[in-house]
Amino acid sequence: MRLVALDAHALSLGLVPGMALADARARVPDLATNDHNPAADAALLVRMADDCDRYTPMVALDPPDGLILDITGCAHIWGSEAALVADLAARLGRAGLRVQHALAETPDRARALARHGNAPSILALDLDEERTTALRRAGLTTIADLAVRPRSPLAARFGTDMVAKLARLLGEEDIRITPRRVPPALFVMRRFAEPIAATDYVLATLEALADEARDALRERGEGGRRFAASLFRSDGDVRQLFVETGQPTRDPALLMRLFRERIEALADPLDPGFGYDAVRLDIAVTEPLGPVQTGLATPVAGDAEVAGLVDRLSTRLGSNRVQRLGSRDTHIPEQACFTFPANDPPDPMPWPKTTAGEPPLRPLHLFDPPQPILAIAEVPDGPPRRFQWRRRTHLVVRYEGPERIASEWWRRREGHEAGKGGMTRDYFRVEDERGRRFWLFRHGLYGSEARSPDWYLHGLFA
Amino acid sequence: MSDSSASLARLKRRLERLERPRGGPCLFSFGCDAVDVRLGGGLARGALHELCAAEVDDHSAVSGFTLMLAARASDAKPILWLREDKGQRQHGRLYGSGLVDLGLNPDRIILVTASDTLSALRAAADILGCSGIGAVVIEPWGDARALDLTASRRLVLAAETSGVAAFILRDRTTSFASAAATRWTVASASSAALPGNAPGHAALSVELVRHRGGVPPFGLVMEWDREEHVFREPALSRAVLPPAQRRPLAA
Repeated sequence: MRLVALDAHALSLGLVPGMALADARARVPDLATNDHNPAADAALLVRMADDCDRYTPMVALDPPDGLILDITGCAHIWGSEAALVADLAARLGRAGLRVQHALAETPDRARALARHGNAPSILALDLDEERTTALRRAGLTTIADLAVRPRSPLAARFGTDMVAKLARLLGEEDIRITPRRVPPALFVMRRFAEPIAATDYVLATLEALADEARDALRERGEGGRRFAASLFRSDGDVRQLFVETGQPTRDPALLMRLFRERIEALADPLDPGFGYDAVRLDIAVTEPLGPVQTGLATPVAGDAEVAGLVDRLSTRLGSNRVQRLGSRDTHIPEQACFTFPANDPPDPMPWPKTTAGEPPLRPLHLFDPPQPILAIAEVPDGPPRRFQWRRRTHLVVRYEGPERIASEWWRRREGHEAGKGGMTRDYFRVEDERGRRFWLFRHGLYGSEARSPDWYLHGLFA
Repeated sequence: MSDSSASLARLKRRLERLERPRGGPCLFSFGCDAVDVRLGGGLARGALHELCAAEVDDHSAVSGFTLMLAARASDAKPILWLREDKGQRQHGRLYGSGLVDLGLNPDRIILVTASDTLSALRAAADILGCSGIGAVVIEPWGDARALDLTASRRLVLAAETSGVAAFILRDRTTSFASAAATRWTVASASSAALPGNAPGHAALSVELVRHRGGVPPFGLVMEWDREEHVFREPALSRAVLPPAQRRPLAA
């Protein structure tokens, strides 16, 4: 067993990470140890990153123990860069964490400065053992040594990736960080001087933010489709609420109604704890929304009313519970019709046409997966005579079929080879002695595809 | 004396106005004379109608009948179908091509699934408050004790205010009291066979069990005409059979 990390006091006693536990115990008999738990460390880092969302929406993880914040254009909210950093250090300090930080023009440079001090050594390049040793032997121990050398011999000896990394460390090349979350199209934020424990007041603040966002959106001629409210608790916990709308909107009253729905539908209610100290409203997705002309006659409010209702229900129940039906171009019955969230419709596909005079050929209700039944046919490849479903026996008095639907062998791996194309289904529309109409199929062609094909009930007609 | 009778008449008129704020109720018809004449023109639109399956196996028949009625009541406005998770598992999901085959437009239908009866009823109250909706079908699971007289009364009031047609769809007959304007029992009926003894158009055996307006109970077999969106009586030979003989004895 080896030591992974040590606190300041242990370091001052001469222990170093990587040392065997037995050796360390020999030197410091009353050494207090805990098991290394990388998962918990990672979780803590994520939680810290959540909390850092209050400074900027561009936060990237630098595992195992680093965070990179892109504070471009965010410092003015806090007065200055120094004030932002002081706030961050104080906040983490209150949580019992000691941090080393650095500000620089590029992420790599800031990272090198924070991890390796003001005169970073070549370790900041994160090279492999072999190349680090080679650099040392060449007498190049610091980044400053490398900076004055011509680049092309370095690239020839140590690889182009090392030179690219060096350029980034020196701030000559600037690449953006990849944030944990997609930055929102627009966000508005408010900080409180004192933590606020009253949820009503926090909601009122959210409404004020929605007002602010409306003005900004109106200037851009846009409306939001997806919104997220982040409530930052003073102890570092962050609660996020998401709402979506079917139509782009910037109406604060509508937004607040949806957020209230969301809060009511929460499985575990909002807990202000010691109070919230900041609120942010992100507009994650925006779409063009022109000014609306109000008509002189009474407006046709129907569609808007229905869209509003769908949004409210989707927010409360979840958008996977408010759905519409869509059609897909395939012969496989259970794939030909699908459902999608009613507030996020895809491009419509036309529904199949019916022929006048034909009876319904497809059932009103479909079982997916199909329900296995016990069916008896006069001959193995003939129509069913009677079948048993849900412990009831049905006698077939009328039938039509088979309607043969082959599997989509061209979608399968090696589906063109014999026996690998999937089984054919023979569908029968049947009516039992009491007038109930069912849609049954025999799975597999008798003889060639299956020795004794199974029967399934796939749907019910009206 | 004449004074008091005049004031009594005035009071009666006032009460009538209070009870019916917007004149007579708006009706939707079946498009089938045999039913419409008996119902005095059709069913009220801003009202609650309860439709029960004669047996669990008749669920598909009763849901088809409900959708047909909802289509007639809703004038091209959206139809909301509100069901519970358990109902979806038990009876299968609504199938778009099957709706097309009944002459109904699947794009008009919005499916809402609730996790339990209470949240379904809450959503129903919300939906009934929205007059942009044509009709709403509420399908509670099982006995649904939460849907009692008070709850149904609340739905009736909401439907009357917004003018949205509301249907409760049950997969079994029920003896629970409800404030619904009408209660129907629906079962599948043998269809008129097509050439080759193939099953024909959707045929339903429909029975009016209760009507708040005092229409006496009656039952008949109807077919759905998907081209015209009307109900019609099937060919005479089978329609005149009394209900008891329409079903074979094997039960």
